[in-house]
Amino acid sequence: MEKFTTLTTKTVVLPTQNIDTDQIIPARFLKVTDKEGLGKALFSDWRYEKDGSPKPEFVLNKPEAKGAQVLVGGDNFGCGSSREHAPWALADFGFKAVVSSSIADIFRNNATKNGVLPIVVPAEVHRKLLESPGMTVTVDLEGTELRLADGTKARFPIDPFARYRMLNGIDELGFLLNQDEKITAFEDARSHA
Amino acid sequence: MSSQSPETGPRTLFEKIWNSHLVSPESPETPAVLYVDLQLIHEVTSPQAFSVLRERGLRVRRPERTVATMDHSTPTTPRDGSGKIPITDPEAAKQLDQLEKNCADFGVEIHALGDAHQGIVHVIGPELGLTLPGSTIVCGDSHTSTHGAFGALAFGIGTSEVGYVLATQCLPQRRPKTMEIRLEGTLKPGVTAKDIILAIIAQIGIGGGTGHVLEYTGSAIRQLSMDERMTVCNMSIEAGARAGLIAPDETTFVYLRGRPRAPQGAEWDRAVARWKALPSDPGARYDATVTIDASVLEPMITYGTHPGMGMPITGTLPSPDALSDASAKASLERALKYMGLTGGQKLLGQPINVVFIGSCTNSRISDLRLAASMMKGKKVAGGVRMLVVPGSQEVKHAAESEGLDRIFKEAGAEWREAGCSMCIAMNGDQLKPGQYAVSTSNRNFEGRQGAGGRTFLASPATAAAAAIAGKVADPREMAPSQMGRA
Repeated sequence: MEKFTTLTTKTVVLPTQNIDTDQIIPARFLKVTDKEGLGKALFSDWRYEKDGSPKPEFVLNKPEAKGAQVLVGGDNFGCGSSREHAPWALADFGFKAVVSSSIADIFRNNATKNGVLPIVVPAEVHRKLLESPGMTVTVDLEGTELRLADGTKARFPIDPFARYRMLNGIDELGFLLNQDEKITAFEDARSHA
Repeated sequence: MSSQSPETGPRTLFEKIWNSHLVSPESPETPAVLYVDLQLIHEVTSPQAFSVLRERGLRVRRPERTVATMDHSTPTTPRDGSGKIPITDPEAAKQLDQLEKNCADFGVEIHALGDAHQGIVHVIGPELGLTLPGSTIVCGDSHTSTHGAFGALAFGIGTSEVGYVLATQCLPQRRPKTMEIRLEGTLKPGVTAKDIILAIIAQIGIGGGTGHVLEYTGSAIRQLSMDERMTVCNMSIEAGARAGLIAPDETTFVYLRGRPRAPQGAEWDRAVARWKALPSDPGARYDATVTIDASVLEPMITYGTHPGMGMPITGTLPSPDALSDASAKASLERALKYMGLTGGQKLLGQPINVVFIGSCTNSRISDLRLAASMMKGKKVAGGVRMLVVPGSQEVKHAAESEGLDRIFKEAGAEWREAGCSMCIAMNGDQLKPGQYAVSTSNRNFEGRQGAGGRTFLASPATAAAAAIAGKVADPREMAPSQMGRA
């Protein structure tokens, strides 16, 4: 995972509420044994016709979506399945952050392990973003702040450990492996209980 | 983010399990380290986790706390002449081979295709007696919440976390909030556990449980069998809650006693004594409480594209025009368009193409008994395809020994091998674009059961009624004499 650095980018807006992980990447793309190249399957059923040609009206297929690194979704983004393929696909496509008024628990957990920052903003900030597709925003993880082109600033909640990890580009495995003595002590105490 | 658990005083079931599994407590800077008693794995969300172990030169810390099966991408087509279940999809075959190799290389127990205990991961855990009260259970599958029916803290995780647990038997976790869902009263005839959970999700919403562990309490929950409790807990995630819990009681102990992996002999007695101390103490506090009168619930059905879009089967669809919130209105309009339905219409009488009975929600023996009791001597309506997919080889065997398979086959339904099948449509069992299905599964998302497919979620009774009628039908009208609780 790359270190997360402050980025200024335009947004892509998918205003639909409750975008579930089956939409982000349909189950038929989960028959893989690695995590590479899933960006091509991102939002597949919304993005492509049955013959595989892109749907011109879908936002990710429009020229203005090119290079956008922040996806703004409707309320309750990422609900449903625990598939980590969802953030793998988003990251592979080039997204570094998703913004919504609420983000589902398992997706949020998975996203931070893959360099995709889950940003929850208040309803009025969310509305502004939904109403201004393509707006330029600055994502400042160090300062836990999202800055909009119109001057609006929104602090966003993020677990301090997730913030630390994303800023340093590390997952939690090292942290857990460092707990080995405590884990062994826990196991020993239980086996003697 | 978290409310602190009292060191003394009344505690909830969740707090008791959480506290007893803390390897180290959380601090503002770092999460708690939570010990995992059991990890269940399957072919779809584990390959990349094993790859990480190989890359970093790690072993599986506790292979004996890890059990694998094959369910998501496995074919459910009948066995060939040699007794094998043919795998025709090369991608699925590769994934299944990889799981076998990973389990062999790392010393993990596996119930592969053809094994007597193969089946949906959330069906085999309980039936083997692996799922125990007071334990922590994870799986790379959001419906791991199912195991909460036994008073186990069980939740779905991503593949990175599957790797963490393989390597360390632990997970970094922030303490979730708790929400009590209290259901009092006696269910009306014809109302099932599936109807309870669909009604709960319709009430609190698809994101209503986000950040929370749900605990289902009250007299209506106490009256449920273990199979029914599993159906309720299974769909906790459809309300956004990673876990659902039901306190263990005599029903739990009777179910578990004698199961192959449950404690035996004197160990059993000690375990039951421990488990009896698990229920939430009187006066224990939840972060939120929702109270529902179970006696007024009706058979439920979903009409839209997420599980919160549900209503009583006799109801009429909401109209987008009645909604003032622009986003909610747009969402409903989108859902109705996808479903080919209009606001204000009824679903009763809606023609359907497919009926699916199966999934980790409703594929257990009592589900099949309920559906079979309605199908006996009846025929699946002309033009309707009905799939009955038992949740495990054990369920399949039990159903066949009771003759349930014959009832389904004589009615014209397809009787299949165990697996997730049309719930997730990874294995070739899927809807065609535009088709309508009444399904006992857990998700009606766009394309979930096949691109363009349209799903009505309902109970096995409602599904069986639809199969016979060829349209959405009230199970109470179809077989009034059969509609006592299963």
